Amino acid sequence: MTSSEYPPMQAPVCPLPYNDYETIVMAHGSGGALSLDLIKKVFLPCFSNPALLAGNDFAEVPGFVHGRVVVSTDAHIVSPLFFPGGDIGRLSVSGTVNDLAVSGGIPLCLTASFVLEEGLKISTLEKIVKSMADTSLEAGVPIIAGDTKVVERGKADGIFISTSGVAVIGARRAIVGSNAQPGDAVIVSGTLGDHGLAVLTARGELGLSADIRSDVAPLNNLIRKVTEFTDQIHVMRDPTRGGVATTLNEIAQQSHVGITLFEDQIPVHPAVRSACELLGFDPLYVANEGKVIIILPANLAHEVLSILQHEPYGQNARLIGQVQADSPGTVHLKTSIGGTRVLSMLSGELLPRIC
Amino acid sequence: MRYQDEFRDAELVRKLAARIQETAQHPWVIMEVCGGQTHSIMQHGIDQLLPETIELVHGPGCPVCVTPLELIDKALAIAALPNVVFCSFGDMLRVPGSSTDLLKLRSQGAQVKIVYSPLDAVRIAQENPHLQVVFFAIGFETTAPVNASAVLYAQKLGLQNFSLLVSQVTVPAAMHAILGSPHNRVQGFLAAGHVCTIMGYHQYHAISQKYHVPIVVTGFEPLDILQGIFLAAAQLERGSSLVENAYPRLVSEQGNIPAQKMIDAVFEPCDRNWRGIGMIPASGLKLREEYEFFNAENRFDVSSISTRESDICISGLILQGLRKPPQCAAYGTLCTPQHPLGATMVSSEGTCAAYYRYTSKEG
Repeated sequence: MTSSEYPPMQAPVCPLPYNDYETIVMAHGSGGALSLDLIKKVFLPCFSNPALLAGNDFAEVPGFVHGRVVVSTDAHIVSPLFFPGGDIGRLSVSGTVNDLAVSGGIPLCLTASFVLEEGLKISTLEKIVKSMADTSLEAGVPIIAGDTKVVERGKADGIFISTSGVAVIGARRAIVGSNAQPGDAVIVSGTLGDHGLAVLTARGELGLSADIRSDVAPLNNLIRKVTEFTDQIHVMRDPTRGGVATTLNEIAQQSHVGITLFEDQIPVHPAVRSACELLGFDPLYVANEGKVIIILPANLAHEVLSILQHEPYGQNARLIGQVQADSPGTVHLKTSIGGTRVLSMLSGELLPRIC
Repeated sequence: MRYQDEFRDAELVRKLAARIQETAQHPWVIMEVCGGQTHSIMQHGIDQLLPETIELVHGPGCPVCVTPLELIDKALAIAALPNVVFCSFGDMLRVPGSSTDLLKLRSQGAQVKIVYSPLDAVRIAQENPHLQVVFFAIGFETTAPVNASAVLYAQKLGLQNFSLLVSQVTVPAAMHAILGSPHNRVQGFLAAGHVCTIMGYHQYHAISQKYHVPIVVTGFEPLDILQGIFLAAAQLERGSSLVENAYPRLVSEQGNIPAQKMIDAVFEPCDRNWRGIGMIPASGLKLREEYEFFNAENRFDVSSISTRESDICISGLILQGLRKPPQCAAYGTLCTPQHPLGATMVSSEGTCAAYYRYTSKEG
């Protein structure tokens, strides 16, 4: 045998580290070269800002902060990761921005922690990170620090994202849940139940196709319009899990007041209403991710309503109820046919009804 | 929304309520049979629009509520087995058995799935040939046709890994049991519109004649329910006991005959226990012998399970209209939607849950 019959030698014999993976592998969480690679290729191109690029174990909150500061944190899990109207990335930014904004403060920055499941496609992660960046840009709130961990396949549902954030409220006090006053008006910034139903139908388990889009959106700019107009807002809260009914119950209890809603004033998208009827859900208990409840003196209600209705995320804002001293801790609904019923808190999991 | 808003028209509701007020000069006790109607009455506050002369009592028409504890324990035993996917309608998941419930089992690793149709369970069986898929087939005549069709479809597919845990019950038998009881207070019935959509209402003539009660086939929207009450009250005032149809947009005298044939092909009548009420002869459906292969009670060894109902819970009296939830010592204290003692507190269609959700907890 001549030397020309041997195949060319493919040295070196040891396998070289391979860093062009299409999916997340455990090594992406090792803290080593692959972790760095993931940060450089996926996160930094999207989240480019000086605090993050500095590459420290901490990030400096941008600008000088005068006055009171509030913080908030939220873990985000959703199945499916992408649904009509949004995805887990947009959700994770909006969730914390909104929690901060309802304090009446100006959100300054966010941090994000990712738990990635081994096997998650890098292209999926890229789409999610891009969506976070877009939402962060829309809100005007940069993501200035982050962390990534990887867990074995089967130990997470693709990706979990936890975000935290800081907002400055300055010299005022934060708007809290215990300040609703008898006589106040209750405003909601738009249609109810869109997010919950969008996610549920996107799972494809219901055999139901409906044109329902999640309302997930950062509301800080909308809220800022209102807080710039008046400093008389008594309570502000985003009605996420448990829906408006549960959120208002919390407020009624914290403020020791009664709240009455008027069924025929409550905005619900027709497709959401139909789907809820079919599935046995009540839109008042279904999650929202782009809505805010504002409770304020009744004489300001119409102007605030008008401000909201001129904003893209507030077009369907309505005055849906009022606060009274009677029946403290309880929320009532005046039904459209003239009856009254108690709206209790959501108890347990939202389960569909038979028949 | 079409076919809904028209039947929630506030002005028409007010007019109809006024007519009921004029008509009902004497005190009358009327039972709505169906849990869906109870739910609607509470959701819209329809009872508040009625004159004092009309007392509504809430009947045993919630399939979740009347499923006996013993069968729930059997369901839990099957669901806890490895290699079983246990499929159920959503509101059955929270119903407590003797020691646990399906939601808790799920958290401990059991494969419990919420489905909207038994055909989804058939599909799961098709996709997972190595797993046993069991569907908890509860319900009245409304769910019976689709449950029957699931069996027929599974048979057609030759599925060896699909079975039903059957707790089908029938409305007329329950009406007989209520009216035949020496404690009966019910003077008129709103028959369940959706059950009648399937079964028609021809079988109610015999009941109305035997017990001299008016029976009005009634729908679920506020105007439907008020119309049913109005017709029942008018009959009671003039001393008649006829079967009337106040839900003609869906219900015919003979009902949905192809659906009835499908029920008949797969199921046959049997005696059944009703939670809190006890055994009612010929009040249920079981799989016919030729479909016994699909009977989960045979496929899994659960015959040794036998359970007594709770001593404190008065759900049986409530289901028969003999008590109202606030008359129960445990209501709102020991028994709440978070910690239900009996199934009437568990299901959103259950009388106690409907009371708890929609009226002041002090009763």
